[in-house]
Amino acid sequence: MSVGDYIRDSQIWKSVFRHPAPYDRRNRVVVMLTNFFLHLHPVSIKQQGIALSYTWCMGGITFFLFLVETITGVLLMFYYRPTLEWAFNDILALRDVTTLGIMREIHRWGAHAMVITVWLHMYRVFLTGSYKPPREFNWVVGVILLKLTLLLSFTGYLLPWDQLAIWAITVGSNMARATPVLGHEGPGFQFLNLGGYDLITNASDARFLLLGSRFVGEETLNRFYILHCVAIPLAAAGLIAIHFWRVRKDGGISQPL
Amino acid sequence: MNSLPLITSWLSLGSLEPHPNVTPSVIFGLGWLYLILFFMNVAWTWRSFHKGHHIELPAFVGGGHLPTAAIWAVYSTVLMLVSIIHLSCSSSPESFWLIMPDFAKAAIDFVVADARRYFAVTVGAFGVMLLFRNWLARQNIGWALLNLSLLFLTISMTDWDFRQIVGKPDNVPIVAMLFIVGFFTWLFFYRANENDRRAAQGRPPVEAENNEKVLTWPDLVYTEMICMIAVTALLILWGIALQAPLEEPASAVKTPNPSKAPWYFLGLQEMLVYYDPWLAGVVFPSVIIGGMMAIPYIDFNKLGNGYYTFNDRKFAITTFMFGFLPLWIGMIILGTFLRGPNWNVFGIYEFWDVHKLEALNNVNLSEYFWYGLGQPLPMAPAGSDFWTQAPYILLREAPGFLAIGFYLVALPGLMAGTIFKKFFVRMGFVRYMVFSNLVLMMAALPLKMVLRWAVNLKYFIAIPEWFFNV
Repeated sequence: MSVGDYIRDSQIWKSVFRHPAPYDRRNRVVVMLTNFFLHLHPVSIKQQGIALSYTWCMGGITFFLFLVETITGVLLMFYYRPTLEWAFNDILALRDVTTLGIMREIHRWGAHAMVITVWLHMYRVFLTGSYKPPREFNWVVGVILLKLTLLLSFTGYLLPWDQLAIWAITVGSNMARATPVLGHEGPGFQFLNLGGYDLITNASDARFLLLGSRFVGEETLNRFYILHCVAIPLAAAGLIAIHFWRVRKDGGISQPL
Repeated sequence: MNSLPLITSWLSLGSLEPHPNVTPSVIFGLGWLYLILFFMNVAWTWRSFHKGHHIELPAFVGGGHLPTAAIWAVYSTVLMLVSIIHLSCSSSPESFWLIMPDFAKAAIDFVVADARRYFAVTVGAFGVMLLFRNWLARQNIGWALLNLSLLFLTISMTDWDFRQIVGKPDNVPIVAMLFIVGFFTWLFFYRANENDRRAAQGRPPVEAENNEKVLTWPDLVYTEMICMIAVTALLILWGIALQAPLEEPASAVKTPNPSKAPWYFLGLQEMLVYYDPWLAGVVFPSVIIGGMMAIPYIDFNKLGNGYYTFNDRKFAITTFMFGFLPLWIGMIILGTFLRGPNWNVFGIYEFWDVHKLEALNNVNLSEYFWYGLGQPLPMAPAGSDFWTQAPYILLREAPGFLAIGFYLVALPGLMAGTIFKKFFVRMGFVRYMVFSNLVLMMAALPLKMVLRWAVNLKYFIAIPEWFFNV
């Protein structure tokens, strides 16, 4: 009996994998049904639907990048402190002295790549008409996920707390003060006033809500940190689950009718 | 890995330090690039040889056939020679002759260093792509286009300013994105043309043939596994080769010039040139998101579901691609590579001069109207209250309100009776109004651009008193 067989025959192995290795047809079916990670997939699938030149694999790569960002992000969170005193220095140390500081490179390049792959996924889904009935709603979920991807990238852009970061966020968030009615330089902000006093000022408008301050400062860093590490990832994870579920329920990968 | 010298070299833009176009390390690096190109083309020549394609020679050289592989073989040989010239170059860099010639730089900069010509060229290229899609989507043409763009990139690297802007770590993914988007657009047309040819012969699309069910293990899970490994390897190599940018510590008093949003929002920042922040930064992004969500509910065309096609969905694909390629990707390119200090447009080989001046003399529609009538702008007496001012302001901007009203209310009606007659009948009133307004809002950006360039139009409606400028 070889060592491999001995391991596969042990009670521990069998308690984890409840069937023989997927070498024959029966066990290739069983593996899809009994493995938590694999059960996202159907047991069998149309040959042309999984052709790389059809799907471009962009949705799958986007999801994989989301996982990469989560893992590298959690590792970075062990090191990085979102305060004015430490934020920049921690990133500097990640660059110059920290073991596995390359996690930051992987995290940043992975984020850029994810923005690109999510666009290409949408491009492919549009070009194959895969948003057409019965998949209309899943397209809507996908558009929200696209927006969340951009927001994730945008909130993460601030965290290194260098010149590139705060000025990109300043330019981006300056838009919010022009929000109609809710921005203090937006059309119609005068409508919200009480006895002649404006309710919408630079300390109460949409931009203030976003920044937690009248300019990009420590409150902003804290706010963006929580949005970036907790709030948006949770929302995205929930919507990704719905997105995948609906792919299955709406008839799988799109095919000619 | 110490990229500090690189960082300080960007910060010294505008200083008196020398900006050498070619250095020994640039020449040596390019030698490697040409060597990679050479090997790529050797592989392509091999493939071409085995496919056995021939091209017919024109009559004036005596007719006959020439194997396509022969052309690629000659081209590969030239690449090898070019690579050797670079790798063995020991003379002084100043006398190196394989560089982007100045007249070519001047010609390219003439086209791109101007928002008007840049936009005209991108939209023109988009039109050419649609018109010649059958020719362009052939394999050898696709390969030739890839080679041309790579050669353009490599030879442009012999310019100092080009290297500064393209080699910036955060800009590298954008350059890669250009090639990736180009490739997938090409792949779309390649597959769509095949299906359209089949449809013309009454055959089903490729996707409907040989479409038996296969087991997910191994057919799909192995593909996924390979993709995951490839992406992981790519990210690690990318992370080793290129350090994530880190500039000076944040300072609220030192505003960089130019101040740019993250690259994926540069299309929106570009809109700021033509529309005020409340439109370009708030309303239009919301309309883009909402409009994309509305797509499945306004597209009534049942064809083209689950297979690549162009002919079955000409309008939908043209509209979406116009939004994605020239308007979104095109504006990101403009914002990333061409917008420099003071948000002026610079050529790709042009020095980012902080003192470059561009005259801005923009005129409001109301000024055109009232001055055209030979009258002053309607103005309330100085110091009057809001309710006295309001009618004057509304009268002053009446031409703008009428123009916008015509554009968003009357124009959809006119189109419903003419070019969009079929759409109106199939969609019904509400869906048609949503659809036509979305299309018109998408057209509002190029429309304002053209009006700005043609007649210096600043605002259709200009009410700075209420922050309401359109």
